[in-house]
Amino acid sequence: MHNFDFVSPSTVEEAAAALQGDEAQALGGGQTLIPTMKQRLAAPTTLVSLTGIAGMSGVSSDGGALTIGGATTHATVADQAGAYPALAALAGGIGDPAVRNRGTIGGSLANNDPSACYPSAVLGSGATVVTNTREIAADDFFDGMFTTALDEGEIITAVRFPVPQAASYQKFLQPASRFALTGVFVAQYADGVRVAVTGASEGGVFRWSEAEAALSADFSAGALDGLSVSADGMIGDLHGTPEYRAHLIKVLTKRAVSAAA
Amino acid sequence: MPKDSGIGASSKRREDVRFLTGNGNYTDDININGQTYAHFIRSDVAHGTINSINTAAAEAMDGVIKVFTAADFAAAGGIPCGWQITDRDGNAMQEPKHPILAEGKVRHVGDPIAVVVAETLEAARDAAEAVEIDIDELPAVIDMKAALDDGATKVHDDLTSNLCFDWGFVEENREAVDAAFAEAAHVTSLDLVNNRLVANPMEPRVAIGDYNRSDDEYTLYTTSQNPHVIRLLMGAFVLSIPEHKLRVVAPDVGGGFGSKIYHYAEEAFCTFAAKVLNRPVKWTSTRAEAFVSDAHGRDHVTKIELALDADNKFTAIRTETYANMGAYLSTFAPAIPTWLHGTLMAGNYTTPLIYVNVKAVFTNTVPVDAYRGAGRPEATFQLERVIDKAARELGVDPAELRRQNFIKPDQFPYATPVAVEYDTGDYDATLDKVLELGDYNGFAARAAESAANGKLRGIGLANYIEACGIAPSNLVGQLGARAGLYESAKVRVNATGSISVFTGSHSHGQGHETTFAQVVADMIGLPEDQIDIVHGDTSKVPMGMGTYGSRSLAVGGSAMVRATEKIINKAKKIAAHLMEAAEDDIELKDGQFSVAGTDKSVAWGDVTLAAYVPHNYPLEDIEPGLEETAFYDPANFTYPSGSYLCEVEVDPDTGTVDVVAFTAADDFGNVINPMIVEGQVQGGLAQGIGQALRESAVYDDNGQLLSGSFMDYAMPRADDLPNLVVDHSSCTPCTHNPLGVKGCGEAGAIGSPPAVVNAVLDALNRAGHKVDHIDMPVSPARVWAAMNS
Repeated sequence: MHNFDFVSPSTVEEAAAALQGDEAQALGGGQTLIPTMKQRLAAPTTLVSLTGIAGMSGVSSDGGALTIGGATTHATVADQAGAYPALAALAGGIGDPAVRNRGTIGGSLANNDPSACYPSAVLGSGATVVTNTREIAADDFFDGMFTTALDEGEIITAVRFPVPQAASYQKFLQPASRFALTGVFVAQYADGVRVAVTGASEGGVFRWSEAEAALSADFSAGALDGLSVSADGMIGDLHGTPEYRAHLIKVLTKRAVSAAA
Repeated sequence: MPKDSGIGASSKRREDVRFLTGNGNYTDDININGQTYAHFIRSDVAHGTINSINTAAAEAMDGVIKVFTAADFAAAGGIPCGWQITDRDGNAMQEPKHPILAEGKVRHVGDPIAVVVAETLEAARDAAEAVEIDIDELPAVIDMKAALDDGATKVHDDLTSNLCFDWGFVEENREAVDAAFAEAAHVTSLDLVNNRLVANPMEPRVAIGDYNRSDDEYTLYTTSQNPHVIRLLMGAFVLSIPEHKLRVVAPDVGGGFGSKIYHYAEEAFCTFAAKVLNRPVKWTSTRAEAFVSDAHGRDHVTKIELALDADNKFTAIRTETYANMGAYLSTFAPAIPTWLHGTLMAGNYTTPLIYVNVKAVFTNTVPVDAYRGAGRPEATFQLERVIDKAARELGVDPAELRRQNFIKPDQFPYATPVAVEYDTGDYDATLDKVLELGDYNGFAARAAESAANGKLRGIGLANYIEACGIAPSNLVGQLGARAGLYESAKVRVNATGSISVFTGSHSHGQGHETTFAQVVADMIGLPEDQIDIVHGDTSKVPMGMGTYGSRSLAVGGSAMVRATEKIINKAKKIAAHLMEAAEDDIELKDGQFSVAGTDKSVAWGDVTLAAYVPHNYPLEDIEPGLEETAFYDPANFTYPSGSYLCEVEVDPDTGTVDVVAFTAADDFGNVINPMIVEGQVQGGLAQGIGQALRESAVYDDNGQLLSGSFMDYAMPRADDLPNLVVDHSSCTPCTHNPLGVKGCGEAGAIGSPPAVVNAVLDALNRAGHKVDHIDMPVSPARVWAAMNS
């Protein structure tokens, strides 16, 4: 690891200012960034820690919405997001206890790993990503593998989830990393069903709109029978072909519907 | 009643106190005053010509002491290979030089090019980024069959081709085998891959070189399974250091599984650099480095054919195997696909004619050598898979087809057509046991239950035999070994009766400190805590050959028994003198010497004290002191055997395989510590199930290791495994070693992969999917593809 400066601001404003520095990098729980730096694949000159900022951690419930501070750890979400059980379960299934007690929702979303769990919950819930400068709808936030709508130095301060009537996340584990080889988040709202898929596509997390339409009309696993996902654009690697991932999307969506219903 | 100490007792592992409380003394825990840190710069391309290496900028950086390249090792030898194979035409194998640092060419990702030595590890890593290396990339040789094409790029320009050797065994049987196939009533043929594995011991490799200028002595601390072998190879062949000036210490070692048998370039580098710099030099592998510098295992591509007569008796076996050597020959690499593989192709069966052909191939990949089982898992996998396929083709019960072809208990000693003689065994006994414990006959009910839950259930059987207790030195010498394979022990009885045993075996997790003490305690009748086991230091232990091939108890333990017998014989002479009795009348029981038929006795401690305070002592007949050494060279290999039964559930939606039950019935001969034996089998099963379902080292066409970290290399985890039922009640003691023991370290990893794959195929075929084979690892994606092809 190369040497770097470490700053731990106590307000979002201080953090935003610190991130204007040359080669400064925001640090959430460091579960991706620190290993990358240890391998010398990243060498920021300054790390700006977001976990000491008052008000950026914690879970609060307000009417039909659940708001999670950007620096909230997965373990805290698993423990405190009881108002949105599918989201709490997703958080409780990320990585291992060490990861869950360091990693943060804001860090995960800003990184937008194509196999991460959280992006599917955010997109599948139609959540709102709140930053220090604006609010970004989930449909506008994810922009392909490891890419988001965030500007340089922009900080995710919170994520606001509308709580659905029913939801479930189904993850098929990549056997080595235990990230999602494919994961599907299904959420049923009064105005329709959302289905978001992670792990499968070369374009990162995406919505399976045909399934959403079918499930909005009939929220049952059987409603998916005639549908299939094209293997075009799906990831092919050691652990699964594009065809396999496309197949898993349907299997997992059915399971999510059955689990949610 | 289980015993509570000595042979047969499940004594708690005394070494676990320090291992489980963080108090082990591993090589990386050793830090020497004035120590420097080495960082290896490794090739990131699989094959290339080195045009230039510029170290000037790096050497000018703060904290950098020196940057080494191949030029610094002009006087050193290459890393030697310890086994020479003679090919079908009687020629020696092709044996390229394996330099400490790359000379002119790099030949695999991870091949070391230069080493920065600095005051701190971070300074060394910083400076490594300033070393300018210009490499012209060459086409990578990855696929073994393509590597043998005419005009293929050569891994080594000075060799005639990428073929290391083409070995036929038994060459004289070839025509008879072909004739048997021509006459066969049925032939079953199978193409299969034994997947390349990375051993991944918990502790990565470490080497520390230390040099003492005042007496010109070197010490190497290293993570080795056999410190004397390292001393011999490095001292005699690489660095020209005489053995009396070179001490090799392998302290607590956190697992090896074969990967720490070999002499590695990093060991020679640190030893050499310590003298050049006149300071200790330490290197600690990162996990990422381990993936591209520890020798890999397996990596065979095989076609096996089995001929049967009209009564379903096996009449002949014919195999053709391509065995990957990687870019260089690791220490024992040529022996693995040959003498540790071909000799096992008879398995537990009476097949009269066998011909094994092995083509060993150089590729631009990490060198391949022994990994838990080493050659024997490859043989067992082929045999047990092709037999299962034959049973399906013939419509017969796979257990009965095997049983029908077993070598029967009254046929021992049994000379196989592949040059070994099994001394003892009872294959029906382990098969009966495993079918009983695994409730083979109750499978249908369990399958129905699985079906009700939407799962496909399958059951798979495999038998194995292994040749271990390696090995008779005169025999392996004829087969090309460049070393003897005896073992040593020195038993030092202290004046007050406690005992230190110095063994040439090396414990890196096996529990020797407990097991070996149990044997000596039992022989003399002392509490186990009166005996300490010392290993892993060439300055303390007589020349020994180390631990691998399930040899420690069978060979090292036998040496210890022989040395202890010498101790007891001498002690009896002393006791006879003390009690003024005839030596022949002296009996030793529970640590007391007595005179037969009298009430006269002296305690063990009285005799040992007399040996060192010889005031009243037969000095005219025997020397004072009580310390004896023995070297034991086995008369034969030992032949553990067993039967494994695996049950799986396959999720037809995703192809996921869940091992829901696994039963192992082994015959290890006599067992010293049942708990440790069960642990060894369970560990082996975890690795075998890991190979069958998860693990795989995969290279792309450019020679990049795609599964080069735990993010993509899938190790088995505890929650991947069912409760493992292990049984070793079947016991046909080894006939030629004093303990009647056979060895248990590798069995689990040998017998389990075919049992798992057979179970998966059983599940699919029962469900109507006509699938003959799925290559390991039998991943969900592969199962799904097979079901939907």
